[in-house]
Amino acid sequence: MARKCRIDIVEMVHKAGAGHPGGSLSAIDLIVGLYGTGFRFKIDDPDWDDRDRFIMSKGHASPAVYSILHNLGIITKNDIDGFRTLGSVCQGHVDMKWTDGVDFSAGSLGMGLSFGLGCSIAARMDGSERNIWVMIGDGETQEGQIWEAAMAADFHQTGNLNVIIDRNRIQNDDFMEVQMEIGDIGKKFESFGWKTIEIDGHNMSEIVEAIKEATNDRNRPCAIVAHTVKGKGVSFMENNPAFHGKAPNDDELKLALEELS
Amino acid sequence: MSAPSSGGASRDGYGSALLKLASDPRVVVLEADLGKSTKSCLFRAEYPERTVSMGIAEQNMMLVSAGMASSGKIPFASTFAIFTERAFEQVRNGIARPGLVVHICGSHGGIHTGTDGSSAQSIEDLAIYRTVPNMTVMHPCDDLSAEELTLQLLNHQQPSYTRTARNKVPRVYDEMNVKKIRIGKGNIIKEGNDVAIIACGVMVNEAKIAAEKLANKGINACVVDMHTIKPLDGQLINNLAKECGCIVTVEDHSIIGGLGGSVSEYLSSNIPTPLEMVGVEDKFGESGATAELMSHMNIDSDAIVKAANRVIKRK
Repeated sequence: MARKCRIDIVEMVHKAGAGHPGGSLSAIDLIVGLYGTGFRFKIDDPDWDDRDRFIMSKGHASPAVYSILHNLGIITKNDIDGFRTLGSVCQGHVDMKWTDGVDFSAGSLGMGLSFGLGCSIAARMDGSERNIWVMIGDGETQEGQIWEAAMAADFHQTGNLNVIIDRNRIQNDDFMEVQMEIGDIGKKFESFGWKTIEIDGHNMSEIVEAIKEATNDRNRPCAIVAHTVKGKGVSFMENNPAFHGKAPNDDELKLALEELS
Repeated sequence: MSAPSSGGASRDGYGSALLKLASDPRVVVLEADLGKSTKSCLFRAEYPERTVSMGIAEQNMMLVSAGMASSGKIPFASTFAIFTERAFEQVRNGIARPGLVVHICGSHGGIHTGTDGSSAQSIEDLAIYRTVPNMTVMHPCDDLSAEELTLQLLNHQQPSYTRTARNKVPRVYDEMNVKKIRIGKGNIIKEGNDVAIIACGVMVNEAKIAAEKLANKGINACVVDMHTIKPLDGQLINNLAKECGCIVTVEDHSIIGGLGGSVSEYLSSNIPTPLEMVGVEDKFGESGATAELMSHMNIDSDAIVKAANRVIKRK
């Protein structure tokens, strides 16, 4: 599944001539793991009220979300082929108004964890057991609002809220250590009252175990710090800041597909 | 139109409306450590389980509201008008863009707030929210109309921003005639055909006083409560332009982009008509008692009378 999604990601971005392959490829194993580990949703009823929520806060990694929705059968090949074109359901950044199966309109970093907190408080008011999952980037934790939400989640004791941090160590302009290193993200969340789990974000058994552990702990919010490689799966994109927001050219696509086949 | 002389601050009307709305279980209230000021505290006292305290964190509050709206709740989120502006992009991208129905209330708007000084005196909120697609923008003039308009938000299918004021003003409405007002429709408080004074918020009362002063000089002014800035009641403005031939807009807000800006845009595109704008003249306020500050900033009834005399000469 993750391999199929990776192929979709590079093809989508190549066809559009724009997009964010690096952070999509670092996140995709985590997303595949999440959807495959008890995530409650209905393919034929994406708006089902009591579904679990997946809030992709790092909305530029939209190709990752579109690829899983495509491979689950919620959106079509034709949909993802229209990525970033006029009128397409696959907008540049994930948008709940446009795409079935998308729970949040992202694109401006730092907002998704707060949105997820709102979903989790609402779920508790409704007496629902639904889980709320938020994915954020590590660079995204530079936004102050992330920590407003982290503080509030502890105060409101939202045990149904979990965040996955895609710790790929690269942001738009450069490596985080150049731009603004955030340090030990897990410890920071822990100091805000969260349970934290550190994993290899490309090891499927670690991913699945962490998701189960976070789901089962209903006492407090949980942060999974997933150590990942930006551009994972395509050698020349791996750990390369240039492919944060750049599409592969024709030759690069060919190379990428050879590696992913 | 007779009105009781007893006064009420529009923020009181917001608070009492929340209590009435509580019978709908979807209604939730969010506050950012200013519930005693915005009057959401009234709801909190009765319904703590449906009140979400966000601490002093407005950006978080806006997106938590959005998340709750996406989960079937009808959130009413309030803080000072000026602090909602801190979360402008959150409102724009997190609430309005996906069209999530969150109702934001910014209290203590305008220089009417007084002695706290310029940091607390939002004079640009109406302008900035008006630019955002999907947003309804309102500024009621007294407690009764603030309550009525807030109650109507229960069935409003768009996100909204409502500015309320801190200080009490004489009531413009009574409990009967306030039931006739509707979101998106301006309301004629006093008929007249020499000049139309279109006001919002606490300035509706000043406009009424100005109309009395003008009447003493033989000028028959029409006074309008334009409580909804967006969508603007173009039909009414059109009628006023035809009937009176000149217009004065009045707001406790910058003359750039607010009520005056809205009316100006409408007139110049549809029915060019002499217009004078009374409002804050592109400058910040300062500390002072409300009445002296309004006089100092040229937004009191005397300023309205002068503007009316000027605009009538331009007919």
